[in-house]
Amino acid sequence: MEAAADGWSIGTHTFQSRLLVGTGKYPDFPTMQRALLASGAELVTVAVRRLDLGKQGKESLLGWIPKGMKLLPNTAACFSAEEAVRTARLGRELEMGDLVKLEVIGDRRTLFPDVEGLVQAARILVKEGFTVLPYTNDDPVTARKLEDAGCAAVMPLGAPIGSGLGIRNPYNLRILMETVKVPVLVDAGVGTASDAAVAMELGAVAVLMNTAIAEAKDPVLMAEAMRDAVAAGRKAYRAGRIPMKLHASASSPMTGLIGS
Amino acid sequence: MQVRLNGEIREIPDGITVAGLLSHLGIKADRVAVEVNETVVTKDRHGLHGLRQGDAVEIVAFVGGG
Repeated sequence: MEAAADGWSIGTHTFQSRLLVGTGKYPDFPTMQRALLASGAELVTVAVRRLDLGKQGKESLLGWIPKGMKLLPNTAACFSAEEAVRTARLGRELEMGDLVKLEVIGDRRTLFPDVEGLVQAARILVKEGFTVLPYTNDDPVTARKLEDAGCAAVMPLGAPIGSGLGIRNPYNLRILMETVKVPVLVDAGVGTASDAAVAMELGAVAVLMNTAIAEAKDPVLMAEAMRDAVAAGRKAYRAGRIPMKLHASASSPMTGLIGS
Repeated sequence: MQVRLNGEIREIPDGITVAGLLSHLGIKADRVAVEVNETVVTKDRHGLHGLRQGDAVEIVAFVGGG
């Protein structure tokens, strides 16, 4: 009943690990590789960028991603549906797979999603056969629109990308999870292990993070902490937590005390 | 002839194909994706797709990201 019975899937892909990790911002490739291995992740995000034509022979990211890990190309930093769609198509050409982490960003300072562009891009990409995982805000109505557009999952933020503020609106996330039937992955905002556990305890199917691991003082140790936190949060969710009560409820018998 | 390559005007041999351009630049095709005038040219078409004066060519690869 342990791990083997607790897999999850998106589209035709099935996974055991509920932690997805990014590949950006690491101090160097060897550290990234060790952190990816320590995280136990099966799905890792990558970005699509212009090749630096002046710097041929520069070391390639792909050589440092452990074998067996599946790539999830993103459309990060795309500010319109058109750009995101083009980037997704290029990602598919590179990866030869159908998965895409769809981002359409609406604001430079917060990197909050442009939900209108997001839904538009999602419709186009779904029609083209992509398995679309949209990065969205914690709005249940947008999540429903994305589900209706045919997205295979929705990925609401816990807090702004790279902020480390944790799960800022657990109540919205709970409502969002009640609203859609597709898997809900919490993407962005996680700062430390407890944040990842909270996301999982709320019922998230998985958690996606990058900065919290890559910019930790010890990325490899943090990757391990995140792996454990996601697993612990998932177990707590399945176990079913006790309701919160305002007053005490004794754990030891209140009767039979000596001298009574 | 001139094309816009990754945002910069470049002089390349006349009538070259995408495959020809990649080898001209010393780029291995297996780790890049190519777009010409906002449309992906898939790997199986690199040898067939001839470039024209003024084309906008994008050559991209995976980099670290979240």
